Amino acid sequence: MPATENPMQNATALAVRNLSVFFGKNAAVKNVSLDIAARAVTAIIGPSGCGKSTFLRAINRMHELNPEARMEGEIKLFGDDIYSRNIQPVVVRRRVGMVFQKSNPFPTMSINENVTVGLRLNGIRDKKTLAERTEQSLRMAALWDEVKDRLSAPAISLSGGQQQRLCIARALAVQPEVLLMDEPASALDPLATSKIEDLIRNLKKDYTIVIVTHNMQQAARASDFTAFFYLGELVEFGPTPKIFTSPAQKRTEDYVTGRFG
Amino acid sequence: MDNHFEKGLDELRQKLLTMASHAETAVNRAVQALVQRDSELAIRVKEDDRVIDHFEVEIDDLAIQLLTKAPLATNLRLVTVAMKISQDLERIGDEASKIAKRARDLCQEPPIKLSLDLPRIAALALEMLKVALDAFVNKDSAAARAIIPRDKEVDAMNKQIHAALVQHMEENPDTIGRCLHWMVASKSLERIADHATNVAEDVVFLYEAQDIRHTGVKSGIAPGL
Amino acid sequence: MTAPNHNWRNFKNVFMQMLTFACAILVVTPLLLVFYHLIKEGFSSINLAFFTQLPKPVGETGGGMGNAIVGTFILLAQAAVIGVPVGVLGGVFLSEYGGTKLNWWIRFAADILNGVPSITWGIVVYALMVVPMHGFSALAGGVVLGMMMIPLVMRTTEEVLQLVPGGYREAALALGISKWKTILQIVIRTALKGIVTGVLLALARVAGETAPLLFTALGNRFWAHNLTEPIAAMPLQIFAYAISPYDDWHRQAWAGALVLLLLVLAINIGVRFLTRDRFRQKI
Repeated sequence: MPATENPMQNATALAVRNLSVFFGKNAAVKNVSLDIAARAVTAIIGPSGCGKSTFLRAINRMHELNPEARMEGEIKLFGDDIYSRNIQPVVVRRRVGMVFQKSNPFPTMSINENVTVGLRLNGIRDKKTLAERTEQSLRMAALWDEVKDRLSAPAISLSGGQQQRLCIARALAVQPEVLLMDEPASALDPLATSKIEDLIRNLKKDYTIVIVTHNMQQAARASDFTAFFYLGELVEFGPTPKIFTSPAQKRTEDYVTGRFG
Repeated sequence: MDNHFEKGLDELRQKLLTMASHAETAVNRAVQALVQRDSELAIRVKEDDRVIDHFEVEIDDLAIQLLTKAPLATNLRLVTVAMKISQDLERIGDEASKIAKRARDLCQEPPIKLSLDLPRIAALALEMLKVALDAFVNKDSAAARAIIPRDKEVDAMNKQIHAALVQHMEENPDTIGRCLHWMVASKSLERIADHATNVAEDVVFLYEAQDIRHTGVKSGIAPGL
Repeated sequence: MTAPNHNWRNFKNVFMQMLTFACAILVVTPLLLVFYHLIKEGFSSINLAFFTQLPKPVGETGGGMGNAIVGTFILLAQAAVIGVPVGVLGGVFLSEYGGTKLNWWIRFAADILNGVPSITWGIVVYALMVVPMHGFSALAGGVVLGMMMIPLVMRTTEEVLQLVPGGYREAALALGISKWKTILQIVIRTALKGIVTGVLLALARVAGETAPLLFTALGNRFWAHNLTEPIAAMPLQIFAYAISPYDDWHRQAWAGALVLLLLVLAINIGVRFLTRDRFRQKI
């Protein structure tokens, strides 16, 4: 751990104000405001259908893929309004990366082609840069040692857990500021899950991470802050230890002790 | 909701309460043996202490099993608090045994000519324990807070008895042996009250998520007042 | 469960099994018969001359269908130039920019077009091209075959693209890759085998069309020198020879039919080869 104080430590990476997301007439996210701390892991928990995935996708404007989606409110990424007319969704997505529940390495590409696809298709062709970023990203995703001798092998030849780490490396290669993870380990066995959690812990030194999970133990293990969503609303948000040992809201307490959801 | 888990929590609470009633009985009997010079009763107290010790082991085992289910929030606090309360109750049982031992020793010798109101300390200490346990059952952390300051009363009573015994020993040196037994018994009762105070603090932590131990002020006053 | 019931059920099972087996054999039989006849009648006429020479004048033996074979390939090439870009891009539109009512209408139109009798296509292109150009041409033949390919390729492309899991598109977009690059480099690349398969099968289908060519390419006894002239094509030549009274021409018709069938067979085998399970798609 660095001995010097990290000036980013208390900064806010994402300032969300009065965010609501509608699909047609339904409000999936209702008037949510919260500050997501930089260089920390924030977990979002809640029962199915509570809006946590929708909220996550609003942060990198992926909800816009649904033609019926509409949002109100504001999200600022290190001070920049990501929904302003001057910013294209494509730009936002280069600053905010995403890893999905089901790992999806591109099947027609090799391991290193997958890692560098975000760079190559955005115009970066210099071989040296690509090679450096490949190694750097694979190291950060704790996959380098396992694949360094077969970077040209097809990406789909990797195991499930390795594929997910490859997707993480792919997202990291474009050097985003924030990494969003939508239930990244839910399709993995406990050993693979624990590798992902270790790597999240390492990543937070350099990245702001927001992770949606339905696994409370994972949230308790891997995150610094936890937000509890229910029926589209933010019920409670605070440091993870507090949420899981002595939550302030009864609804949080009920969810966390398994009385519903 | 995990029924099996809920049943485990209920079982935990039940065992604690049963253990507590054994501890209360032990203290009552010990004091009675002391005051009424009943050495048979004193022997029974020592034997029953094994039951109390066994309860502590059972409760800790059950608690650890419940911890593997990774309980959270109130459930987590309940399990950890149960382990602590069981330890305090076990110590209370030990103190009762110590009193019983002193009672037996005193039975071998003639009584001293000093009237000491040990039953009063015992009654107060046991009342503190009862209130703390009622607060546990009724989820009433305010009642638990209220009982904590009374520990000072017990301390004061113990000091009084201590002073009276010291004076008696100075005046009647041949009673030193017996007076020392009485001192130890009184001190044990003061410790029992301390353990009851611990239980009350644990109950406050359980229901308020506030850790009020070692705050320096034995006031038990709720924040904001 | 009484014994008689059990036997009856058993009998029904066996009967259905045998019936469906018989039907399957029935399906394959015509193919086998066709092959048998074509090989029997046409194989002997296949020689180098057949592939390289022009038809000899009436009365002379020998000669070949060289111009028809080349003509078929020229027509297919034109058809591909028209049918592939329009069909594939149309399929891309339907799949990737979908969701509107317009898409429904486009699909509906394509499905109808796929069912239009080929002779109708021929008449339409006759009116659109042959009449204004005052003559039959290879160009018109290529155009009609191309137009027939379009709805076919469009629908197969759309279907194949829809099979690409949405997760890949999302992953690409989430990396900040623009939509059209995502479509081109990720979606199409993943579905490429399927798209190529669809194109090849459409080509195989139009390779054997005769009726539309009657009104457009017309046929030619000699080599065509440019695309505005009528051009020979295998189906046309086979037809012309088959209804002629000359034995020599009959033999050549059989040979032509065999070659045409082998061409279609070759395309199908090629498709099978391409779509075999391989570790890495490297198209």
